Amino acid sequence: MHVVVCVKQVPDTTNVRINPKTNTLMREGVESIVNPFDEYALEQALEMKDRFGAKVSVISMGPPQATVVLRDALARGADAAYLVSSRAFGGADTLATSYTIALAIKKICDGAAPDLVLFGKQAIDGDTAQVGPGVSEFLDVPLVTYVKSLEVSAGADGAPAGWRVVSAMDDGEHIVEGAFPAVMTVLKEAAPPRFAPLAGAIKAAAADIAILDEKVLAADASKIGLGGSPTKVVTIFPPPVKGGGEKVDARDDATRGARGIVDFLSAKGLVK
Amino acid sequence: MADAPIYIDPKLCKGCGKCVKGCGFGALKMIDAPGANKIGKIAEVDPSACRACSACIKACPFKAISEVKREVNGTADIASYKDIWVFAEQTGGKVAEVAYELLAKGLELKAQRGDGARLCAVLIGSALPAEAKDSLVAAGADVVYVVDDPALADYEANVYVDAVSQLIVKHKPEVVLAGATAVGRAFFARVAVKVRTGLTADCTMLKVEETQNKDTGAMQMLLHQTRPAFGGNIMATIMTPNHRPQMATVRPKVFKKAPPDASRRGEVVMESLKLIAAKTKLVEIVKDPDSIDIAAHDILVSGGRGLKKAENFKMLFKLAELLGGEVACSRAAVDAGWCPVSRQVGQTGKTVAPRLYLCFGISGAIQHLEGIRGADTIVAVNSDPNAPIFGVADYGIVGDLFEIIPALIEQLSAS
Repeated sequence: MHVVVCVKQVPDTTNVRINPKTNTLMREGVESIVNPFDEYALEQALEMKDRFGAKVSVISMGPPQATVVLRDALARGADAAYLVSSRAFGGADTLATSYTIALAIKKICDGAAPDLVLFGKQAIDGDTAQVGPGVSEFLDVPLVTYVKSLEVSAGADGAPAGWRVVSAMDDGEHIVEGAFPAVMTVLKEAAPPRFAPLAGAIKAAAADIAILDEKVLAADASKIGLGGSPTKVVTIFPPPVKGGGEKVDARDDATRGARGIVDFLSAKGLVK
Repeated sequence: MADAPIYIDPKLCKGCGKCVKGCGFGALKMIDAPGANKIGKIAEVDPSACRACSACIKACPFKAISEVKREVNGTADIASYKDIWVFAEQTGGKVAEVAYELLAKGLELKAQRGDGARLCAVLIGSALPAEAKDSLVAAGADVVYVVDDPALADYEANVYVDAVSQLIVKHKPEVVLAGATAVGRAFFARVAVKVRTGLTADCTMLKVEETQNKDTGAMQMLLHQTRPAFGGNIMATIMTPNHRPQMATVRPKVFKKAPPDASRRGEVVMESLKLIAAKTKLVEIVKDPDSIDIAAHDILVSGGRGLKKAENFKMLFKLAELLGGEVACSRAAVDAGWCPVSRQVGQTGKTVAPRLYLCFGISGAIQHLEGIRGADTIVAVNSDPNAPIFGVADYGIVGDLFEIIPALIEQLSAS
């Protein structure tokens, strides 16, 4: 069994701020982290390894410094790591990214689809949740999203035979079954990620990480990077700011504060 | 540097650094270039970070930066794509509210185009009732494309993708919108890839405007798709100039639905498609009794980190009962395990647009503020007078919520 996990290095967006003078993002001092959802996807893969001896490969698309997230995955127990990286991939939107990652997955699996491809639900920098579904289309493999838990059943020979997931949808939890191969996107409600053992971290630090560029992938130049991206970012601007209304200091008199709220709500017709 | 989307002319660059400040993506930096100009620095672009937004071109006082023209590679026969489509998600024959919200926006887009493009709804499912189709016409659809097939009885991503992609290929809509619900987000992304076009997720503003195509120079009616990026820290306007359809998702409650008009007339077109077999099997749907759709409530009483423990949310439930509302919370309260994620408001939770959002102990991180932008009235109580929530609150009280909530409960119970 072969499980491929796609991980992304993202800026810790909770710390991204806007420079009020220039209205641009202040990236200085913003830490790069593994996209939190992807850690949960990796944990699901490592559980397959524990149970069925599955081979776990991790792929990340990004600049050379993204090897950090791959080494982290290796330290936790992944078997192989690949960095999809080239200047030619720069500026890729979700379509070009999906195409490129699907090529990389086929490459490391000798043209076939692996049994399972796992993604985090979405990346916290773009929040699109589009690349997992996009890759499923390029691989022509069934898609299951918002996976909260994943169970794999064993066949008579002890090998993995099928899967059953809990998928969190708006109208409730969908219990869904299916066969391999599949592409799934994983939620944070899934099993918490494990820590890397020290021995794993030492091994990972020295591990070889293959770089897959457009030549290795034999990518169609018209489908990658900015040129292969249908969507274009035309402008960026700071979010509109709504001005605040009246603010009352009621630190010394809570009753007056509560009265103020009741009066305000009454005036707006919001109190029954 | 042949790969960069912009070209910086070293002979014209004066090393002023204005482009670096103007770039919102951190793609430019000044590098040492002794003798190139008086300052001895020129700008360099990182092609992997550059999004070709052209902010630097506008920022450069010396016209040293230009866009590198690329060969246009897009959808063939782009002019044959017409009409504005809204995917009308339904469960058990009941159309999701977000579909009506999108049709209201669709009517605006149609008016902005003013060229005879029709507004069409796409309704797929099994044993769909007439009321569902009629309601879409009343909400503004000129045409309702219906696929009524037992294979579409339950949501199955792969069959949904097949049905909607087939319709797009057949009818060639110019714009396709869907709600960014769990269903919409999951299968729509795959539809966009299947028909090889772009998709912008979670748009908060949409408009159609005559715009110059940067690649061809031609004037086109393009969909301007604006969405928050980087956790809501910045807004980006995105376009799909050379591919069709132009696709976007919008979260529920971002746009307001219009009152239905039963006098509207529209055409219902029954489509019979040969669909693929389901790839996965839905065993059952388990409804969580605690799960609640906070977006459906007019009054929300919300608590955050300042509530300090799960038990203190009981006060909010009491208050919500008195006001006729429901209890919501911030991400901090979910992360602390005090509330289920179904009650979470914000970028990773639900977008809400209640008549009243009354919140306690929520500082107002940008991700939270994104989720309450549509609220009519915001009232906030926080102990920190500098909390960002006061910047958006219509009425704010600086004070101790543990004193104010009981006082509020007492006064509201008395009245």
